[in-house]
Amino acid sequence: MRIIVPIKQVPNTNDVKIDPKTGTLIREGVDSIVNPEDLNAIEAALELRERLGGEVIALSMGPPQAADALKEVVAMGADEAYLLTDRALAGADTLATAYCLSRAITKLGDFDLIVCGRQAIDGDTAQVGPQMAEFLKVPQVTYACKLDVVEDSVVVERHLEDGFETVKARMPALVTVMREANRPRYPSMAGIRRACTEDVVHRWVATDFDAEPWRIGFDGSPTWVKRTFTPPPKAPGKRLEGTPRDVAKDLLKTFTEKNLL
Amino acid sequence: MQFELTNEQKMIQEAARDFAQKEIAPVAAELDREEKFPAEIVKKLGELGFMGMTIPTEYGGGGMDTLSYVLAVEQVAKACASTAIIMSVNNSLVCYPLYEFGTEEQKKKYLPQLASGQKLGAFSLTEPNAGSDAGNQQTTAVLQGDNYVINGTKIFVTGGNMADYIIMTASTDKSKGSRGVTAFIVDTKWPGFKVGSLEHKLGIRAASTAELVLTDMKVPKENVLGTPGEGYKIALRALDGARVGVSAQALGIAQAAFEVAVRYSKQRQQFGKFISEFQAIQWMIADMAVSIEAARLLVYKSAFVKDTKKYFSKEAAMAKLFASEMASDVTSKAIQIHGGYGYTRDYPVERNYRDARITQIYEGTSEVQKLVIAATVLKEFAQ
Ligand SMILES: Cc1cc2nc3c(=O)[nH]c(=O)nc-3n(C[C@H](O)[C@H](O)[C@H](O)COP(=O)(O)OP(=O)(O)OC[C@H]3O[C@@H](n4cnc5c(N)ncnc54)[C@H](O)[C@@H]3O)c2cc1C
Repeated sequence: MRIIVPIKQVPNTNDVKIDPKTGTLIREGVDSIVNPEDLNAIEAALELRERLGGEVIALSMGPPQAADALKEVVAMGADEAYLLTDRALAGADTLATAYCLSRAITKLGDFDLIVCGRQAIDGDTAQVGPQMAEFLKVPQVTYACKLDVVEDSVVVERHLEDGFETVKARMPALVTVMREANRPRYPSMAGIRRACTEDVVHRWVATDFDAEPWRIGFDGSPTWVKRTFTPPPKAPGKRLEGTPRDVAKDLLKTFTEKNLL
Repeated sequence: MQFELTNEQKMIQEAARDFAQKEIAPVAAELDREEKFPAEIVKKLGELGFMGMTIPTEYGGGGMDTLSYVLAVEQVAKACASTAIIMSVNNSLVCYPLYEFGTEEQKKKYLPQLASGQKLGAFSLTEPNAGSDAGNQQTTAVLQGDNYVINGTKIFVTGGNMADYIIMTASTDKSKGSRGVTAFIVDTKWPGFKVGSLEHKLGIRAASTAELVLTDMKVPKENVLGTPGEGYKIALRALDGARVGVSAQALGIAQAAFEVAVRYSKQRQQFGKFISEFQAIQWMIADMAVSIEAARLLVYKSAFVKDTKKYFSKEAAMAKLFASEMASDVTSKAIQIHGGYGYTRDYPVERNYRDARITQIYEGTSEVQKLVIAATVLKEFAQ
């Protein structure tokens, strides 16, 4: 099995505060982390490798410091890591990002499976995975909460709003996984040692993966951001007060009025 | 001089913090209440490489420096002081002397299992009449053919009832006093080895403290660690390193109590104000912050000196003395900031306070640390 896991370095939104004047995120002094669901993707890939053999290759596009995110997943057990880092790549939207990642994957050669996190916590688009599958012309299965490899196919349990669905796809294929898929392992001493002492992160500029200049970076990004804003806080809910008996009565009345019962 | 951790140290600190906060902190209060040895957690720590951190990778260790080890103990202690001492004992008092004084065969046989947490180690020096005066060993080891036969009672052995292997001291020649003490690698499955009673304690209640009763226990000659008569020296050398670990434990306990107390002071209102607005509380917070930081510098410095391979007894004793006294003071203040709530088991500072107390006693009491420091200083001034 040759498994590729694209990951993203994101600001730790648990720490992020919003500037009350501008309404934008204050990123200063905020730690960078590996996007949480990408850790689930790494875990899924490592489990498959442990069972079936092969290698797990982590891939990221970002500024030079995104190498830290790749080192972290190497410390968890990924075999190799590639960082696409180049000024020409800056300002990419999801389409340009997916294009670059898929070019790099093509350059890396044959693969069996691409495992991505469902979405990144800073953009929440969930687009890059599916777009990559389109560029690479491989089947895609999104929202996986369980995955397994059976012969030449990947069998995925998808978590949908109203239930589960099991899908079988012939490999090579792309799967996006959700938080529920597994519990990501902790980095080990041996892993940390390897990540810090060996040259584990290979850096590629745009020409290294034969990207067409017009499709990358800001110029290759057709997305126009009209405005970013924090949605106004929801009006506070209605509070029922009184004795438990009164509250229960009021609640029942409200339910009946709204035809909920 | 630089005060920046390396990338590797930062990653280890982060990994330890992550593991400790997610896997240990949620169960720490229960482990304490039930006096439950955290065997599962220790196993997982071992799998990740936290049980033999400074042992070279060729013997199954983490191959890390002492500062990395200290950073990890600190994070684990912040979540659970009991788990931290079990980790520290295995690293400093078992793996370290085995690596430093063991023969190649001993290292190959024991270190990979101990450093990976597959097996647990303990260290047994103390006896009913050999506490601070640890050289006064009453347990005897008599050579008969190819075996030493050990008889006696050892006490206060951290994890002694859970351990697979124990580094144990006994007297092989009473006439020579502390120079007649020998260290052995003991397998707890051997006949003649028995666990006696377990202590019920004020703090670190999840780290069991066992009495060991040895009756005609045969130990093969090849299980002598170092040479006969070298046992006391080996124990003291191991304790120097272990004091760095205990000082990190004290630091973690204090840091935990400090963080909880500061947060509490910003939530609790009295007289229409947050108590953090009272100068009396602010002064406590300032004093706590300064003493924690001072202790941290001493602890990290002692780890650094140890890694330079220089003589570090004084630095280790200073770190342990200061950090342990600091931890008792800071956890006491943390309770004070909480008022009556801090005295109840509903708040973690109550446990922190109880746990901090042991760091002034084991691996050499505060008084013994002062003896070590003074002796070294006086020697430095000798003509
Ligand atoms: C929870 C716990 C876990 C432990 N774990 C281990 C373990 O894993 N392995 C192990 O071998 N031991 C262990 N110990 C033993 C511990 O190291 C000893 O308790 C400690 O060294 C003190 O010895 P003692 O209790 O006999 O006190 P004592 O030596 O009797 O001391 C009593 C008092 O006298 C003071 N004192 C003694 N001598 C002097 C002196 N010369 N000058 C000034 N003051 C002096 C001491 O500082 C202390 O205040 C543990 C103890 C406890 C409580």
